[in-house]
Amino acid sequence: MKRYSAFAIAKQAMSHHLGWERAWRSPEPKKKYDVVIVGAGGHGLATAYYLGKNFGIKNVAIIEKGWLGGGNTGRNTTIIRSNYLQDPSAAIYEKARSLYETLSQDLNYNIMFSPRGVIMLAQTQAEIRGYQRTAHANALQGVPTEWIGPRRVKELCPIMNIDGPRYPVLGGLWQARGGTARHDAVAWGYARACSDMGMDIIQQCEVKGVRSEGGTVRAVETTKGVIECDKLGIVVAGHSSVLADMAGFKLPIESVALQALVSEPIKPAMDVVVMANTVHGYLSQSDKGEMVIGGGTDGYNNYTQRGSFHHVEETVRALVETFPMLSRLKMLRQWGGIVDMTGDRSAIISKTPLGNCFVNCGWGTGGFKAIPGSGWAMAELVAKGEPGPLAEAFTMDRFRRGQFIDESVAAGVAH
Amino acid sequence: MLTVTCPYCGINADESELSPGGEAHLKRFGPGSTDADFEQYLFGRQNPRGVHFERWRHAYGCGKWFHAARCTVTLEVFGTYAAQTYEPPQDIKDAITAKRPDWVWEALS
Repeated sequence: MKRYSAFAIAKQAMSHHLGWERAWRSPEPKKKYDVVIVGAGGHGLATAYYLGKNFGIKNVAIIEKGWLGGGNTGRNTTIIRSNYLQDPSAAIYEKARSLYETLSQDLNYNIMFSPRGVIMLAQTQAEIRGYQRTAHANALQGVPTEWIGPRRVKELCPIMNIDGPRYPVLGGLWQARGGTARHDAVAWGYARACSDMGMDIIQQCEVKGVRSEGGTVRAVETTKGVIECDKLGIVVAGHSSVLADMAGFKLPIESVALQALVSEPIKPAMDVVVMANTVHGYLSQSDKGEMVIGGGTDGYNNYTQRGSFHHVEETVRALVETFPMLSRLKMLRQWGGIVDMTGDRSAIISKTPLGNCFVNCGWGTGGFKAIPGSGWAMAELVAKGEPGPLAEAFTMDRFRRGQFIDESVAAGVAH
Repeated sequence: MLTVTCPYCGINADESELSPGGEAHLKRFGPGSTDADFEQYLFGRQNPRGVHFERWRHAYGCGKWFHAARCTVTLEVFGTYAAQTYEPPQDIKDAITAKRPDWVWEALS
């Protein structure tokens, strides 16, 4: 792999940029791999990357039904933060956030990580108490966050109206090290690095069945033939229940549509990320100048990657009170992704009833920010067969034991 | 927008008029049951990519709970029926089979 650098750009400029090599190979599948990862989204690619980097396992295939990064990795609102209440969540999200800080250098691919800061608005008395509690919890967890008053919120985000009639801004939880990154670049950067290690990324290849004998997975049946494997990792977000069904076990997951929209591009208007959980909306400005708006989920099971208009109306109506300038903007695009929701709204990184099959799912509405940490923890689980300290609380049998990682109190729906 | 016909008042209601209530026909387990049964009742869900039976409430209409059979891929509603039943009535099953010949009810339970 030729490294990207300023010198490489200058050199390529001499030859009209015709000499750039492909970022990753698109090989035909081999007959057998040490590890097969189903799902070439951010989490699947990160799992493969850390399998190679941390554990030296490089005979790996990453199988993808569509194109890599084309699911939720390319559909989220790119927010990165780690200000969670519960210790297991704070640990894995903070690991992810800290990996994001150096990911561009690590991958030699600019993921455009922008630690511009995240404010989570408190607009009710309950949220004030909740976020102050989270700030105290974060102090104990070693995650720097801060409770700030309404005046400071206004300083950080001048376009905000803090005296709205229905939900005035009463303060916020401020994480200065949170921010955004280019979501496609995260998938592309991991894919390029995986391909460079000799891993095969096989796109347009749908898994149709899982062959197992005596509680051990032998192979996956795909639209490009049968691929044998020693270990199988299922990292498919919204379609986790479908894959689990093929493998013969059940997951405590329901798939629903989450949607987002962007406005027309405008000049720089805000340089922080704002989340308003009471009204189910969150807002940031992309580098292109579009206002990126995240909305709520549908309340019913859904496998269609599209949203519904009444949610757009609800989200925009709520945000216009806090951001009056939005009322003058035209909305450009609206889209949906299928998120996998667990009972306690926390992820599953777990062993399964099949001895050599592992599952990483349930990130629900908050998966993008977790990608490096999730891949790190999942790689350890796949390589060693047992979860490490980051993953051990996220087992799927926690629902039977009642040991929930209950974040919905802290995070609400925007997550 | 998803529209579902309420079997009680007959109104073809928009989804914003209804409250979704999750998977229907769950087997309920309470005190005295095994941990596995209780876990499945609380958290185990079919979450099928295809025919799904679910509970809805006509929240901004007659207020009644009812069941609907719906496809989670196409959002097509096969039919709605009263909630006081352990499995969907025959006409609903027939309507589903007519459009999804591979579908079987037993596979769900």
